[in-house]
Amino acid sequence: MSDSDGQGNAVIRAENLSLTFETNDGPVHALQDIDLTIGKGEFVSFIGPSGCGKTTFLRVMADLEKPTAGTICVNGVTPEEARKSRAYGYVFQAAGLYPWRTIDGNVRLPLEIMGYDKADQAARVKRVLELVDLAGFEKKYPWQLSGGMQQRASIARALAFDADLLLMDEPFGALDEIVRDHLNEQLLKLWAKTNKTICFVTHSIPEAAYLSTKIVVMSPRPGRITDVIDSPLPAERPLDIRDSKEFLEVAHRVREGLRAGHAYDD
Amino acid sequence: MNWFRDKVLPVLTVVLAIIALWYAGAIALNAPWAYDKATRTGENLTITTLIADTWTQDKPKLPTPDQVVREIWKTTGAMVLRGRTWSKRSLIYHAWVTLSATVLGFALGGVFGILLAVGIVHNRAMDMSVMPWVIASQTIPILAIAPMVIVVLNAIGISGLLPKAIISMYLSFFPVVVGMVKGLRSPDRMQIDQMRTWFASRWQMFWKLRLPASMPYLFTSLKVAMAASLVGTIVGELPTGAVAGLGARLLAGSYYGQTIQIWGALIMAAVLAAILVGLIGVLQRVTLKRMGMLR
Repeated sequence: MSDSDGQGNAVIRAENLSLTFETNDGPVHALQDIDLTIGKGEFVSFIGPSGCGKTTFLRVMADLEKPTAGTICVNGVTPEEARKSRAYGYVFQAAGLYPWRTIDGNVRLPLEIMGYDKADQAARVKRVLELVDLAGFEKKYPWQLSGGMQQRASIARALAFDADLLLMDEPFGALDEIVRDHLNEQLLKLWAKTNKTICFVTHSIPEAAYLSTKIVVMSPRPGRITDVIDSPLPAERPLDIRDSKEFLEVAHRVREGLRAGHAYDD
Repeated sequence: MNWFRDKVLPVLTVVLAIIALWYAGAIALNAPWAYDKATRTGENLTITTLIADTWTQDKPKLPTPDQVVREIWKTTGAMVLRGRTWSKRSLIYHAWVTLSATVLGFALGGVFGILLAVGIVHNRAMDMSVMPWVIASQTIPILAIAPMVIVVLNAIGISGLLPKAIISMYLSFFPVVVGMVKGLRSPDRMQIDQMRTWFASRWQMFWKLRLPASMPYLFTSLKVAMAASLVGTIVGELPTGAVAGLGARLLAGSYYGQTIQIWGALIMAAVLAAILVGLIGVLQRVTLKRMGMLR
């Protein structure tokens, strides 16, 4: 974490963060003693088995869950203030486009809510749809688009307003491998172009290794961080980098981290 | 030709089967009266004279389709031709009286139902306190409520259209409340979380997410509400002293044993219901098509 310790540019700073859900079967420790700092412009993947708290952590950043102990800052303020100042865009697992709005209308939705004026709305929609390669689909309804295109539209929607932070919760989880590869490549280009900080939750080791500058490996019961890997891969990443020695080493270390976490169970 | 074979022929077959059953039923139900008459006059009934008699009685237990059709024509088309469309004997006049109370009651019930649903979805106290009353209101037989509404409103000087519309509203708001509550709650957790990430206000959440998402539910419940409105109005017309309306026609018919008149009014009510529900269906298609929710 040495490269992101500068006080000024930490986008996410979590200290001793814990979250316990009270359920009928007793407390569930979704997150325990999480310490993590994410610097500006990083692409951070969270990987781990189901129940390791990776999605919960993302939801805490987004102020959709409240931590029960510890502190977390987003852009230097509390997650609630960050949410109120619309500091992040959140991409969910499902595209969640409104069937009664066209693609244009869907991307426009957050802009309407945030009160951008009409001309600005149109310019922004045009720009982000070009960014995700969906120019020309403005008038289409979501059901007229493939699953991959719908998810791209939902990414465009999260990019449409001025948030430097992009939180993505398994955005490509429901898509097939071929589409997923393509979208991963596009996402990297988009990240390079927009200079955003991205937190990306995934199940897939190759996906995490291919995309990230930093990989956070998590394990369940209680949800905690077992390893943080700074990727040695260069910024420029063609798809075939996945056959390189460095890539395989990163993937191997992630796998080791996941295995170490699982040993806890047995 | 295929269109005829696949669409028209099956429907036609069912309709013909119903008509055949109807005529057969008329023979069975009206035969005792025919035998009675025959014994009194000392006549001898053959099969053909028996059937002819059962299909042409003045006050049959079950009138035949052609008797009903002739009765309807006599009280609608024929009256129009004679320029007496709005006479008290005209079924068009009575249908109009019922229609106006139905439409008013439906409108009141629709608005009331939607407002209640909005309140229930947005206010936990209302959710806990109002819903049980809404359900309880529908367990009371409308036949018990209707005369009270008429009498109470009459006592404070309100009579005519409004009391009937209120009874009609009493039946029609229920499906709208139930349907709209379900519709307004149909957005899932993720869609609501998404709105929260944009820091949307409750008003924006309602206007941009909940309301549009509830539209398919609204139209479905409006169809049920429309049919309930008509029933409510007809029931409301029964205790008004049989002045006007299809309900009054039904009551008068049963006083004087005019079964043909009863059936005429019944068929008229059914046609009215079909037209009204059909209109909502058209409105549903047009609205959902414009919203892009019909493929």
